[in-house]
Amino acid sequence: MTAGALRTLKVCVFLVCLVPLGKLALELLGVAGLSLGANPVEELIHRFGIWGLNFLMITLAVTPLRFMTGKNWLIRFRRMLGLFAFFYVLMHFLVYAGLDQGFDLSVILEDVVERPYITVGFTALLLLIPLAVTSTNRMMKRLGRRWQKLHRLVYPIAVLAVWHFYWQVKLDTLEPIVYIAILSFLLGYRFWRKYVRSAHPR
Amino acid sequence: MKRILSSEITSESNYRNRRQFIRDAGLAIGGGALASALPLVAAAEGRDLATVPGPHSTDETPNSWTDVTTYNNFYEFGTGKEDPYRNAGDFVTAPWSVKISGECDKPGTHALEDIMAPHTLEDRVYRHRCVEAWSMVVPWVGFPLGDLLKRFAPNSNAKFVRFKTLYDPKQMPGQRRAILDWPYVEGLTIAEAMHPLTLMVVGVFGKELPNQNGAPLRLVVPWKYGFKGIKSIVEIEFTRRQPRTSWELSAPHEYGFYANVNPEVDHPRWSQARERRIGAGLFASKQPTLMFNGYADEVAELYAGLDLRKNY
Repeated sequence: MTAGALRTLKVCVFLVCLVPLGKLALELLGVAGLSLGANPVEELIHRFGIWGLNFLMITLAVTPLRFMTGKNWLIRFRRMLGLFAFFYVLMHFLVYAGLDQGFDLSVILEDVVERPYITVGFTALLLLIPLAVTSTNRMMKRLGRRWQKLHRLVYPIAVLAVWHFYWQVKLDTLEPIVYIAILSFLLGYRFWRKYVRSAHPR
Repeated sequence: MKRILSSEITSESNYRNRRQFIRDAGLAIGGGALASALPLVAAAEGRDLATVPGPHSTDETPNSWTDVTTYNNFYEFGTGKEDPYRNAGDFVTAPWSVKISGECDKPGTHALEDIMAPHTLEDRVYRHRCVEAWSMVVPWVGFPLGDLLKRFAPNSNAKFVRFKTLYDPKQMPGQRRAILDWPYVEGLTIAEAMHPLTLMVVGVFGKELPNQNGAPLRLVVPWKYGFKGIKSIVEIEFTRRQPRTSWELSAPHEYGFYANVNPEVDHPRWSQARERRIGAGLFASKQPTLMFNGYADEVAELYAGLDLRKNY
């Protein structure tokens, strides 16, 4: 793929990644009959959370997809996708902290400490911060081999994120189970490639 | 500065007329295309009911028709809040009959019309608090459950009342998956059932109950979490023993038989100290939850001596 084509594609992907945000904005403003429903705060929290989770899964799918297709340029999109995951997760937290709890730090702290599903989700958010901060080329160079080690944090983050979703659901666990299946495949593929396949070189 | 709610400015009838106008205009302009793009226009409305003002109504402003009829937990029609509104439209509620059984002198099966016939329908505006920490104010139409139960002459063994929802997976798509142990079962102590606040509901906003709100006959117990208010009732049984209710069976450490609204006893996974009032707006803060949902003066005596932490 030429540098020009890659740049064009990057712009396209960037715009597509903004679609969930755009849709939420239209619903928030009530454009064209769209609406967030009777409980807009809960809907915003849920939708930002789901998209944070989706982008985490998409980011983790880049490497397996690259291996399966042999298209190495796919890796050039991973940073952008990962940063979008961070963006949606951060919005998820900010809507919860701001609109749901009115930035009442004592209530938020109580939630983080006393509600295990929030403890788990908040941990995932905290762990995402160093990954976002060290996502620049300069940081990559500066950290060298440690960069890769640090960014392996994305695996426990993804596990925590899915766990957070599973624990939060009231009764119907079908949706979180779908995410568990997807994550199992994405992590299982890596394990298989590293340990099983390499043990039996063809 | 006090925030002004849109519901305080717009009366319910004006609100609905306006929506109807928008819908009609949409049909005229876009041949229905625009109308179908308005996903949350008020649901089809039932007949007007002849009612009298009832006691125990709150002065708080009721939620809008749209809030009350599009934001529902009625898992028989799906677990999403808007699923009942979207999926319950074709649910057939007539003819409807209710079987009365158990510890009473006059058991039997009665048509809904006979169930309702002797009772005067009352308008009662109650606070409604969901176990998920949101709340509404709903103008129900109904009659005291106790008045109905007395007609079947419960005997001295009748310590509890057990209610059952219709089981019909053909009509109720949510029942095709075993999310709960269908059919939905709820229960009350006989004292709770006979309490003057406890309502058999057949309508909202002076009209027949929309399907998504539990048509044609549902229970409303305003001092308990909303899931106690069983919908689309087909069986009422007087029992000696405490019934095992659906939510209690599915998650006994999270949902108890009593399920009284109590800001001091948290759900294991979230706080019950505060609640989000639906319709209060994006920037409204949560409000404190009241003991027994604000009905403590009327019902606290029912639980004298009972450890509410254990009997949640």
